[in-house]
Amino acid sequence: MNRLSETFKRLAEAKESALVGFVTAGDPDIDTSLKIIDAMCRNGLDILEIGVPFSDPSADGPVIQRSSTRALKHQVSLATVMAMIERIRRTTSIPIIIFSYYNPILAYGLDRFQPDAIAAGADGVLVVDLPMEESGELTSRWENPDFSFINLVAPTTPKARMAKIAALSSGFLYLVSKTGVTGSDGLDTSEIAGQMEILRSVTDLPVCVGFGISTSEDVATVAAMADGVVIGSAFERLIEENLENPELVSLMGEQTARYKKETKQ
Amino acid sequence: MKPEAYRPDRYPDANGHFGPFGGRYVAETLMPALIELEEAYNRCLPDPAFQKELCYLLKDYTGRPTPLFLAERLTKALGGASIYLKREDLTHTGAHKINNTLGQALLARWMGKKKVIAETGAGQHGVATATAAALFGMECKVFMGAQDIARQAPNVKRMELLGAQVVPVESGTGTLKDAMNEALRFWVSAVRDTFYVIGSVAGPHPYPVMVREFQKIIGQEARSQILEIAGRLPDLLVACVGGGSNAMGLFYPFIEDDVQIIGVEAAGKGIETGKHAATLNAGSIGVLHGSKSYVLQDTNGQIQEAHSISAGLDYPGVGPEHALFKDLKRVGYVAITDMQALEAFSTLCRLEGIIPALESSHALAAAMFEAKNRPKDQIIIVNLSGRGDKDLGIVGPLL
Repeated sequence: MNRLSETFKRLAEAKESALVGFVTAGDPDIDTSLKIIDAMCRNGLDILEIGVPFSDPSADGPVIQRSSTRALKHQVSLATVMAMIERIRRTTSIPIIIFSYYNPILAYGLDRFQPDAIAAGADGVLVVDLPMEESGELTSRWENPDFSFINLVAPTTPKARMAKIAALSSGFLYLVSKTGVTGSDGLDTSEIAGQMEILRSVTDLPVCVGFGISTSEDVATVAAMADGVVIGSAFERLIEENLENPELVSLMGEQTARYKKETKQ
Repeated sequence: MKPEAYRPDRYPDANGHFGPFGGRYVAETLMPALIELEEAYNRCLPDPAFQKELCYLLKDYTGRPTPLFLAERLTKALGGASIYLKREDLTHTGAHKINNTLGQALLARWMGKKKVIAETGAGQHGVATATAAALFGMECKVFMGAQDIARQAPNVKRMELLGAQVVPVESGTGTLKDAMNEALRFWVSAVRDTFYVIGSVAGPHPYPVMVREFQKIIGQEARSQILEIAGRLPDLLVACVGGGSNAMGLFYPFIEDDVQIIGVEAAGKGIETGKHAATLNAGSIGVLHGSKSYVLQDTNGQIQEAHSISAGLDYPGVGPEHALFKDLKRVGYVAITDMQALEAFSTLCRLEGIIPALESSHALAAAMFEAKNRPKDQIIIVNLSGRGDKDLGIVGPLL
């Protein structure tokens, strides 16, 4: 069974795009984080990207940096994230992707990582700072082909390189919408359309687009072009703005439902 | 025990690996830029026109070659081996950093890039980058930790006078590692027209090898100078190691010689206190700022804060080639505390009339210890990587 391919197949038949939601595990604390994720899953989230907090998130903008800092106050480690995934898996069947920098995985142990992630109920991993030249060290150990290795493709990635990255990937490809860190403003739809066209010519994998998508209009626009829309910083901003708000969990659920509506044509 | 021979022809491999270390661990957005940089580096460096321009700048602008000076009074006071100082403190801008920034800025110009960015800890690399940018008429932004801005105020002023914009970095611990994170973030957004000038032999490939190539002039000069002065190679080389660029510059041209080499890390308040920057002595293998090397981290892979009185050594990572030197036992890495460095600092001031940078004072302290315990006919070369004017604010209240 492969939850990712089933999800994309089901959504394609329903003429929907996947709503992919990113939250940093343990932000603002482990309990609330689990409740937030549960609310998102119950409100139409199609794929969960669960972020492993890291002390030096050099590919992330200020919003996700601060979410990492909040989670690290509660000593959230990759082992904690595995335990959280196990809890989340008891109540949802949507695909769960671990989103991490490489160093926490190295420290956790390259041999243990995939078996433990599968046992916890995860469906794949995206390692932000592990380009294709270096990824063999991690993936060459993998025996279970149902665990997906998701890679980023950037606006700066030439076509030939895109094809090579696609060949090493499974599950879906993550197209970075622009040069910049997560959460930066402004969406260039024509650039995304151009990139999508090139990507479609080199791969049959589903393509999800992320970075800088925050409004319902953004979601609708991207959903019309791609197989999935990734929202990260916008969710994290909502958490940050409502840290003291007792309604935080339901706000996150409502926001998820609003975004999900826009992914249906 | 004879150290294992280092085979320079083997490293780095095509993807920038020094054995198990190095490589490129960055977001995909930066990969094409790193590949473009590597191609430009491979094309320009061997070009005689590039070398001619760089040599001219190093000679007439920087003031190279820098002298190799016998510290006679210091040697006498210690009563052992002779200590020679490689006077990088006498370069334009007062530290070895200029060797590399001129090289990289020249490369940026050859690549047609008109904007440069840099990270800086002590501010020496920031000043050196701002200097090169001014000389070449380039726009320059320097990312600097808020804590470092406070403790290295004169260098902030210098950078501003040179026309650079100093961008304070509040995130994380507000030191060099956070400045480097921020520079990487900025570079991701401006990668198409901006050249990132990294100041150490750290970072993703090709930086470690490129910075080494621009800094190895230190060792090349020292090697021919000592052969001329003493008629033989030295017995020992000593240099301080933060990221490791001045040490790499001195060591590399001697790496195949029968010469003992010691790299000196910052032990801060003492390695046992946890407040130190002794990455090779007390760290473990990890990935930080785009390459695999030794890093200071906890068991979960979170990077830990480094500590040193010297802002230039206050870094929880180290260049990947040093990590390989350590594992091959080609270089011995020791650590010197804040207090030991301060003692060496004042000794050199009084005995030789030279105010060394706190970074270089770590190397001096280790070299003085070695000199005392070696016979008089031995020769030690210490890299005096920078001058200490920038540190007066820190040293003043302590001495």
